[in-house]
Amino acid sequence: MLELYGQKFSSRLLLGTALYPSPAIMADAVEAARNEIVTVSLRREAAGGRTGGKFWSLIQSLGVRVLPNTAGCHSVKEAVTTAQMAREVFATNWIKLEVIGNHDTLQPDVFGLVEAAGILSGDGFEVFPYTTDDLVVAERLLEAGCKLLMPWCAPIGSARGPQNVDALRSLRGHFPDVPLIVDAGIGRPSHAAAVMELGYDAVLLNTAVAKAGDPIAMAGAFAKAIEAGREAFLAGPLEPRDMAVPSTPVIGMAAFS
Amino acid sequence: MKALVKGAGVAGLTLAFELASHGADVTVIEKRHRLAGSASWAAGGMLAPWCERESAEEAVVTLGRLALDWWDSILPGQVVRTGTLVAAPARDTGELDRFARRTAGFATIGEEAVAALEPDLAGRFRRGLFFAEEAHLDPRRALVSLKDRLVGMGVRFEFGYGAVRVPETIDIEADCTGIAAGVPDLRGVRGEMLLLHAPEVSLARPVRLLHPRFPVYVVPRADHLFMVGATMIESNASEPVTARSMMELLGAAYALHPAFGEAEIVEAGVGVRPAFADNLPRVSREGNRISINGLYRHGFLLAPAMARQAADMIFSTQRELAHAPHH
Ligand SMILES: Cc1cc2nc3c(=O)[nH]c(=O)nc-3n(C[C@H](O)[C@H](O)[C@H](O)COP(=O)(O)OP(=O)(O)OC[C@H]3O[C@@H](n4cnc5c(N)ncnc54)[C@H](O)[C@@H]3O)c2cc1C
Repeated sequence: MLELYGQKFSSRLLLGTALYPSPAIMADAVEAARNEIVTVSLRREAAGGRTGGKFWSLIQSLGVRVLPNTAGCHSVKEAVTTAQMAREVFATNWIKLEVIGNHDTLQPDVFGLVEAAGILSGDGFEVFPYTTDDLVVAERLLEAGCKLLMPWCAPIGSARGPQNVDALRSLRGHFPDVPLIVDAGIGRPSHAAAVMELGYDAVLLNTAVAKAGDPIAMAGAFAKAIEAGREAFLAGPLEPRDMAVPSTPVIGMAAFS
Repeated sequence: MKALVKGAGVAGLTLAFELASHGADVTVIEKRHRLAGSASWAAGGMLAPWCERESAEEAVVTLGRLALDWWDSILPGQVVRTGTLVAAPARDTGELDRFARRTAGFATIGEEAVAALEPDLAGRFRRGLFFAEEAHLDPRRALVSLKDRLVGMGVRFEFGYGAVRVPETIDIEADCTGIAAGVPDLRGVRGEMLLLHAPEVSLARPVRLLHPRFPVYVVPRADHLFMVGATMIESNASEPVTARSMMELLGAAYALHPAFGEAEIVEAGVGVRPAFADNLPRVSREGNRISINGLYRHGFLLAPAMARQAADMIFSTQRELAHAPHH
């Protein structure tokens, strides 16, 4: 079971709710993935919580846990205010914290992120920080009160899959007991399987499903890949070698005939 | 037959036309004092079923393609059949491939063909998709002309709540009030748009500029006016355009052509698109009440097909009633 801030989940896929052809297709994708947590952007999807009421009740009717996010925030102050509004609108202490440092690439501002994480944790929030794969930043986020980490594996929406496997491995190695969720950069189910095989606890996706030709089928495909990756990790995958190693003994066989 | 149509947006006016041309005695009542201000008034006026297929179901193509001829026959000369150009900034050309995979009815064109279609965009895009069959119209001019045409056909209009006198004996009441209808599963999708006056820019057709986060289109109107749209926000709020949305829209227009930087902002408008969960429109009927709603992004594109469906429903039951044996 996946455990996040004391809550247990059997699905290891967290799904974003933006960019689908329609809310009906989004709802079917959530079901196809047997998804238990969805992220919702207060700013971009719910118009600051003012009157996105219908969309919000549609999300509530899915019967899944909601993880509001601070997408679109570029400063600590903005992110903190947005988190506080999200707590009111969505009635949850959970917050996926995004502080954007570069408008174009949406790369996280890790300095602002650490600061905002400290403020929000102190204010009783359970923070899910969207960060890079930097080890020292990860340490600071944990010091700031985060109990889990959400590193990217490639820039948001780039669909490139894991770019720096060594950094991801190193994070996993340093924080064996901290839930690690890959957020951003996943394009295909094989990417998701790859990070799960590294021992990551879960994967957060949006574009890769929402903008697929058939989002519902793709949600199902991701769910399977994530499960397969997880099982493979638990089963202990072989480490790659430089040379071929035959799987049956060679001595005594007519290998050179 | 006496019919009352509530709402003078594109749904109400197209239905009024279908009913009146079947010989019905039609009254249209509109809450506001003028046509301006509805979601229809904010629209881009694109009749672009093939492009819309990128994020919509096939029904949008099969029903939407009828709209081009419908508008052309009712408002001759207003439908501009110059197609749609889809382009992407150099670093987002991946979006162009994705768009191409999801759609049909286009030709992939290179730099020279882009320049031949739109001389002002020469040298700005190395590749584009050209949807030659698509069209556009000026939605405001179309709404006003359609209303005038209806008046000519004997349709009565009552604007402003106070003026509403519901005819005592009506045979059919049609609800075309858009987001105000208050149907339980109807939601609003807020769309913000700008109207720019850019004397230095000329475009012959709508141009869609792809971007992974904020795709934007620019629709040319008469006299170097351009409609730049549109945001898609899950909200019923009709408050003024936000600074962020304005920046996104202007940023995209500027990326399309830097001369938009010099444009005058003539208007910053908002419309709330009425939508059901599947983003497809519905005609529904209960007794002598009928409604057309959920036109979402496709008011001008799908209202003609919906109005025909509604009229068919009404007149086929009329015929059944007329031929029913008397007891
Ligand atoms: C920015 C933007 C761009 C768009 N671009 C396009 C496009 O390019 N192509 C396209 O096909 N579609 C486009 N659309 C979508 C299209 O505008 C909508 O689908 C369409 O306008 C919906 O029409 P409607 O008649 O249902 O609603 P509306 O246009 O909102 O009309 C409803 C009318 O009913 C009136 N009313 C409300 N309550 C009452 C009452 N109780 N009694 C009487 N009257 C009442 C309202 O005042 C209003 O005038 C766009 C939408 C937006 C917002």
